[in-house]
Amino acid sequence: MFFSPFISKPDSVAQIMLKVILALIPGIALYVWYFGPAILVSITLASITALATEAAMLKLRNRPIGPFLKDNSALLTAWLLALSIPPLAPWWLVVVGTAFAIAIAKQLYGGLGNNPFNPAMVGYAVLIISFPVHMTHWLAPQGLVLAELSFAQQLQYIFSGVLPPSLTLDAISMATPLDTLKTHLHLEESVQQILNMPIYGHLGGQGSEMVALGFLIGGLYLLASRIISWHIPVAYLGSLFIIAAIFHLVDPTHYVAPLFHLFSGAAILGAFFILTDPVSSPTTNKGRLIFAAGAAFLTYMIRVFGGFPDGVAFATLLMNISVPLIVLYTQPKVFGKKGKQS
Amino acid sequence: MRKLFHFHGGIHPPSNKTQSTQTAITSAPLPTKLTIPFHQHAGETAKPVVKVGDHVLKGQLIGMPDGFVSSAVHASTSGTIAAIDMQLIAHPSGLPNLCATLIPDGKDEWVTLNPVDYRSHSVAELQQLLRMAGVVGLGGAAFPSDVKLRIGKQKIKTLILNGAECEPYITCDDMLMRERAAEIVQGAEILRFMLDADEVLYGVEDNKPEAIAALQQAITASKSAQQNKSHEVIAIPTIYPGGSAKQLIRVLTGLEVPSGKLPTDIGVQCFNVATAYTVHRALAHGEPLLSRVVTITGNVRKAQNYEVLIGVPINELVALSVALSDTNGYIMGGPMMGVPLHAMNAPGPAVQVPVVKATNCVIAASAKLFPPPQPALPCIRCTRCVEVCPADLQPQDLYWFAQSKEFGRAQAFSLFDCIECGACSYVCPSHIPLVQYYRFAKSEIRAREYDKLLADQARERHDYREHRIEREKREKAEKLAAKEKAAQAAKLAAQPLTPQQQTEQAELAARREHIREVAQSAVEHPEG
Amino acid sequence: MLSALLVMAGIAIVLGAVLGYAAIKFRVEGNPLVDKIDAVLPQTQCGQCSYPGCKPYATAIAAGEADINRCPPGGEEGIQKLADLLGVDFKPFGGDTNAPKPKSVAIIDESTCIGCTLCIQACPVDAIVGAAKQMHTVIASECTGCELCIAPCPVDCIVMLPIEEKISNWKWKYPVYTLNAVETDRAAEAALQRTNGRAPG
Ligand code: SF4
Ligand code: SF4
Ligand code: SF4
Ligand code: SF4
Repeated sequence: MFFSPFISKPDSVAQIMLKVILALIPGIALYVWYFGPAILVSITLASITALATEAAMLKLRNRPIGPFLKDNSALLTAWLLALSIPPLAPWWLVVVGTAFAIAIAKQLYGGLGNNPFNPAMVGYAVLIISFPVHMTHWLAPQGLVLAELSFAQQLQYIFSGVLPPSLTLDAISMATPLDTLKTHLHLEESVQQILNMPIYGHLGGQGSEMVALGFLIGGLYLLASRIISWHIPVAYLGSLFIIAAIFHLVDPTHYVAPLFHLFSGAAILGAFFILTDPVSSPTTNKGRLIFAAGAAFLTYMIRVFGGFPDGVAFATLLMNISVPLIVLYTQPKVFGKKGKQS
Repeated sequence: MRKLFHFHGGIHPPSNKTQSTQTAITSAPLPTKLTIPFHQHAGETAKPVVKVGDHVLKGQLIGMPDGFVSSAVHASTSGTIAAIDMQLIAHPSGLPNLCATLIPDGKDEWVTLNPVDYRSHSVAELQQLLRMAGVVGLGGAAFPSDVKLRIGKQKIKTLILNGAECEPYITCDDMLMRERAAEIVQGAEILRFMLDADEVLYGVEDNKPEAIAALQQAITASKSAQQNKSHEVIAIPTIYPGGSAKQLIRVLTGLEVPSGKLPTDIGVQCFNVATAYTVHRALAHGEPLLSRVVTITGNVRKAQNYEVLIGVPINELVALSVALSDTNGYIMGGPMMGVPLHAMNAPGPAVQVPVVKATNCVIAASAKLFPPPQPALPCIRCTRCVEVCPADLQPQDLYWFAQSKEFGRAQAFSLFDCIECGACSYVCPSHIPLVQYYRFAKSEIRAREYDKLLADQARERHDYREHRIEREKREKAEKLAAKEKAAQAAKLAAQPLTPQQQTEQAELAARREHIREVAQSAVEHPEG
Repeated sequence: MLSALLVMAGIAIVLGAVLGYAAIKFRVEGNPLVDKIDAVLPQTQCGQCSYPGCKPYATAIAAGEADINRCPPGGEEGIQKLADLLGVDFKPFGGDTNAPKPKSVAIIDESTCIGCTLCIQACPVDAIVGAAKQMHTVIASECTGCELCIAPCPVDCIVMLPIEEKISNWKWKYPVYTLNAVETDRAAEAALQRTNGRAPG
């Protein structure tokens, strides 16, 4: 016997997750265009690992496997994590990170809907703490490095760690634009000098700024199709812009312009795809604004004053902790009640 | 143009209304048997005032209102009372309730009717007339109308006539407004008169242009309404649940009924348009509430509205519209808030429950129209439910508290402000039966509050009993002591005693001692 | 290193002081504990806990003389409430207490009743009315179902009838999670039995 309502919207978790995954595609396409197809290898690896880990954990936890594997949430975690790991990272790095994200950060907390932290960001945090060296060798955009690897050579490197003779790792990879900026600022160079380096483009890093644009397009699609609400992306990017602008106005030689912050690192990806993860973000609109603004502040602080190349992951995790509190204090007014509830 | 307000949330489910508005309202034929429940309204069950075997006339009182919130029940046609017993009714529990079974004699013979002119009666008299005519809200809740008209000293500014009819499939109010607008307007004028309201607003969703036009025309034509210039039809946006009283009041007046309060507390009262029609029939024609318009739709060959006597078995009614062969159940009411009449997708005959005053619609269901719910996944906190909740609640939190039985927190998060509209369940991508959890939590909380009340009463009674026993004990002891004293004194006075007297005295003392013991043990160990 | 240790120690001391102060400041005065315990007991006044009523049992619990798992009418939920109130662990029913039963009320067969008044004296909540040599009746709404009136009756005319489910007291059931129907069906049933003290219908 089932009860009213007897009708429901043809909508499902699997569809929502799938749409988010699809929205990543423009960014990934530009990624491949500028940095070569190695990223596709990590995405595939991560996807397989994620599904296998999810299935194994569900089995261990004695939960039905079918409906949960089909909900696409593990895939989304895998794709987001793969996009945060350097494409040339050894295969086991991707596997370990994804397995950790799914097994520990998601399933041990109770699986879909119960993880307080964004699993992909937990995976990233574990990797960057445990394997900092591997996590900082990024592919350079085409035309910027001494030597370029063919796809076959990249594959060989990913799976066996063997580079073609006469090449060193430094010759084929480089730090991220954010990292480079930080290193050179430590060398007492001014922002203007640094930005003249060839790896910088118009907004952020050469190539990576275009990828960020790709993610922006996907994010706008998510907004348009009402998969996410505007609160988190707008508050996050807006706050990041304002904070960066304040510092930049005070001291332009040491603090880079705000647009640079928006278009480098994982800021755009974070704003539309990571912070908006429904499970680990606040459920109230006001809470979302606070959550995103806090994350923007932390991102900036970690980027500029911290020791890690980017701050999005740690900012996300730190704000994830405070979600229950934020939600509790931002309860909206109930129909027919004067003040806030509880 | 009047300024309209809006409420938060709401959904736009497929309306499926046009199927049943193609044909005019038709009278359903007399059935072979009527089952008339004595509890068709909110409040106390009416007391049967007829016996098995009695012959009754159409409109004869068979159930006397019993209690302040209660309403009368009448024989819907002339015939013989064949039984007064527990029969299945449309209720989610599937439990039976007290009903009268009436076998029609086919003559449809009326009792003598006493039409009245409402202007020549006091408001209190009119209230009593409506109570005895069994007039209750026909929008679904079946709350006795006379109680809603007893407003005390509050000033009612706005009387709202609810013709929104926001639930999919249902068209009974729409058709009634199209065909009998004049009587609705007259009924509304009676209600306005009784409440002494300043204005009458008819809220009708803008997907019923014919109904709006008919009402407008009826207002222009009606003498009394025109005199007052106070009736106004307002087209409101079509959105579910725009016909819920609180939401409708908000849309029309911008006022929110405070949580736990009544609309009258903010100077508004709200009646369904069909109720207004019934009020008019009850006073101007003296006819008690014996029939209503019911939409038969869904998986039937010919969806249509019928004028149906209260007590007609719904399977006979649906047969008029010819249910298709893959029909697997019936829903009484709409698809959002209706009651399933038997396990859908489960074999077995349809329950033969009767049409009651609250029955606005019967939908024949099929697996195609109403597929069984998909398996529920955990809540992913996507807040789609928050976006549509017309009560501005956090359905995902309420769900969490309800499923973990944290009832206190559920209440703190305003569980009882939930109107069970089902909008949240409708949009939930995890297919969680959210409203089910709220219903469960609400009835669990109510049961606990009731248990608590009983426990408190028991404690009070127990304490009182202890106190009483204590007092009786003390009084007995005092009496005994007094008697003994008297005896002592007598003994002293009657010196010297003969040996015979002495033995008698001793015996008396011993007996007293014994009695005292018995009395003590009786009160201390009553269970012996 | 040293400074870190010092900071830690400092925090520990401050927190300790705050906690200690709070314990003194917010200590419960008087003996409202008995009343609080009494408030969660079901007030059936049946004596199955081996105390002569709910209040004496509450007093014994407050004094630390009685366990929290001795009241069958309260059910496991009652034990849970006591555990929450007292901040102790949940304890299942012990071996010597009766198993919880569905709530019932006493009914006197009025044709057999000889009017001996013994049950009136037994009823802890004065739920039985009647006078000597006249038949007695139980006021069903006042009866707590304690069964104390059964034994004294010399003609065995009192029976306990479980309260039947009617529309007026019907409750919505816990929704069955359809995802893994078999497993959760059982869980829901167990939960229901715990809360209702009766098998789901
Ligand atoms: S719509 Fe369903 S899944 Fe989304 S937050 Fe509400 S209850 Fe959770
Ligand atoms: S059923 Fe209750 S919680 Fe759900 S949308 Fe309606 S009012 Fe809100
Ligand atoms: S066992 Fe009976 S007397 Fe003892 S606390 Fe429970 S209800 Fe009260
Ligand atoms: S009537 Fe009997 S069972 Fe009911 S409370 Fe009194 S003594 Fe107990």
